[in-house]
Amino acid sequence: MSQNSITPDEVRHVAKLARLALPDEKLAELSGQLGAILGYIGKLSEVDVSGVEAMAHASGLVNVLREDEVRPSLPLEKVLANAPEADPPYFKVPKVLGGDEDSAG
Amino acid sequence: MLDGRCAGLGFLRTGKVTVALIDTISGARKAIASKAVSSVELTRSVLDRIGALDGEIRAFNEVWADRALATAKAVDEGRLSGPLAGVPIAIKDNLCTSFGKTTCSSKMLANFHAPYDATVVKKLEAAGAVIVGKTNLDEFAMGSSTENSYFGATRNPWDTSRVPGGSSGGSAAALASSMCCAAIGSDTGGSIRQPAALCGLVGLKPSYGRVSRFGLVAFASSLDQIGPFGWTVEDVAAQMNVIAGVDERDATSVPTAVPDYLAELEQPLLGLRIGIVKEYALGSGVDGEVSAAVDAALAVYKKLGAELVEVSLPHTEYGIAAYYVIAPCEASSNLARYDGVHFGHRTSTPARDIIELFSNSRAEGFGDEVKRRIMIGTHALSSGYYDAYYLRAQKIRTLIKRDFDEAFAKCDVIACPTSPIPAFKAGEKSGDPLQMYLCDVFTVTCNIAAIAGLSLPCGFTGGAKPLPIGLQLLGPAFGEGKLLRIARMYEREVGWSVRRPTLSAQQA
Repeated sequence: MSQNSITPDEVRHVAKLARLALPDEKLAELSGQLGAILGYIGKLSEVDVSGVEAMAHASGLVNVLREDEVRPSLPLEKVLANAPEADPPYFKVPKVLGGDEDSAG
Repeated sequence: MLDGRCAGLGFLRTGKVTVALIDTISGARKAIASKAVSSVELTRSVLDRIGALDGEIRAFNEVWADRALATAKAVDEGRLSGPLAGVPIAIKDNLCTSFGKTTCSSKMLANFHAPYDATVVKKLEAAGAVIVGKTNLDEFAMGSSTENSYFGATRNPWDTSRVPGGSSGGSAAALASSMCCAAIGSDTGGSIRQPAALCGLVGLKPSYGRVSRFGLVAFASSLDQIGPFGWTVEDVAAQMNVIAGVDERDATSVPTAVPDYLAELEQPLLGLRIGIVKEYALGSGVDGEVSAAVDAALAVYKKLGAELVEVSLPHTEYGIAAYYVIAPCEASSNLARYDGVHFGHRTSTPARDIIELFSNSRAEGFGDEVKRRIMIGTHALSSGYYDAYYLRAQKIRTLIKRDFDEAFAKCDVIACPTSPIPAFKAGEKSGDPLQMYLCDVFTVTCNIAAIAGLSLPCGFTGGAKPLPIGLQLLGPAFGEGKLLRIARMYEREVGWSVRRPTLSAQQA
C-alpha cells in the first residue's frame, strides 16, 4: 500500500507540520526509518473493523466533573521562572527579522 | 546460587560507614526499627554506594545528598514517620519535583525546574521515604533501552556491556545495583516491566487510573501509568499501599477503593487458573533460555495446584502496530507544548518568524527517537491518514480490550515472558528503531487495554555473566492485589530475589 511508505518530500511536509526544522541531508535516512515503521503499522489494514467502536481510552470513566470553584493557581513568578525570556507579566520572544515593534513583543 | 551475592552478606567499605548491605524496603524498615542502623547511616551508605558505582552504571541524573540526609535525620529524630520512613528511594526523572530539576533526560528540559511536586512524590514523602535522586530514562520515556538519553546511556548492573531495558532503566539499574532500596518508574508500553525483567526485579504497571498521573510529564496520556520496582513482591506491595488512589488533580484516576496490598499477600490463591496465550507460541521470536525459564515457572505454579488453561488473544499480532500509532499520536500532541517560549530549550539562532523559532528550538531540543515518534504521530493524525491510522488503531484497541475481557473470563491471570530476550548489548538495536519496537510484543497490549501487569524474576541465563529473565503476569483492571498474591506464591517457592549482581567496584 502506497500510504505505508513515505517519500522525502512527505517527510519534509510532516516535519513542517510538527514544527521540527529538518536539514535536507536527514530526509533520506528518515524516510527510510519512518517508511519501515509505517510499513509495519500498515498491518492494521488487515483487520476487519466494521461495526467496531473506536476507544480513546480503556478505563471507562466519563465526564468527571467538579464544582466550578475558584482555586489558587500558580503564582506568576513560578509560571515565568522557566521561560527562556520573560518580561513580567509576559513571556518574551525575540524580535523576528522583518517584523515590526508589535510583533517583536 | 552461582556467582550471585546474597542480601545481608554484602558489605560496602567506604571509609565513612560500614553497614551490611540493606537494599530492600522490608530490610530497611527492620534495621531502622531495631536500631541496628539509623536512617542517616543507611542513607549515607546508599549515597556512598552511588558515589562508588554510579560512574559505571549512570543510573542517576541528579543525586539529592543533602536533602536526603536532612529527611533521614527527621526520621531519626521522630519528626517524620510513615510506612516508608527512612527508606532510600529513587524516582524517575519524568516525575515533577519542586526540588531539583525535572529533565525527562532531554536537552529540551535540561534546565527545567518544575513548579510543583507530582502527587506520587508528595505521597512518598508524606510516607517518610527518603528520595535520594532522580533516575535516567529514554528521552521523554520513549525507548526500551535507556540509550536515548541526552545525558548518556545507563548500563545493566548484571553485565555493564548491556542495556538495563527502558524507559525506566535508570530506576531499575539504581535498584539492581543496590543504590537505593526501592524505585519508582513509569510504564507506557512496558517501561517498568521490561527493565524489571532485564535487571532481575519485580516491577508493577498498575491498571490505568490506579495511580495519579498528576505531575508525570505526559508521553501518551491514555497509556501512561506510574508504578514501583522492588527486589521483592512485598516491597512492590508496600509502595502500592502508598502511591495508589484517586486524586482530584488527575481526572483519569479512578475512585475504586484501594485495598491493603500487604494484608493478603501471603494468602495463596486457591483454584488458581493461569492463562497461556495460544498466539504467543507462534513465531514470537522468544529466546530459548527465556522460554525454558518461563516453562519452569509454570511448572512451579502447577506444583502449587494451579491449572493451566489455554486462552486466545486473537489480535495479538496487531498489538505493536496499534501501539505505535496510538502512542506517537498522543505524544505528538503532548509534546506540542515544547515551543521554546513558555519553558524548555530555546534556539539561539535568529529566527525569521515565530514558526522558525518553534521549529529550530524543537529540532535542537529533541533527540532522534523523540523526533521520529512526533513525526509518526503527526503523519498518522494528518489529513488523509487519520482514518487509516489513528481511528483504525482505536478500533483495534476496542478489539484488544475485548480479547482480554474474554480471556479473563477463563483465567485469573495470563502468564508469558516479559521480554522475548534477556538484556541485549548496548548499541545492538539503537540503529534500527523497528527492531527495538518489536521487543515490546508482550508488554504493549497491557497499556492498550488499561489492565494490570507485573514482571517478576523467574531465572537466569547460563554463561559467565548470567542475565535475569522475567515472567510477566497480566491481570484484569484493578486486580493488583490478586496479581501480587499470585506473584508471591511463586517467589516464596523459588526465591530468586536474594541474588545480586557482582559489581566491579564492590570487588575492589
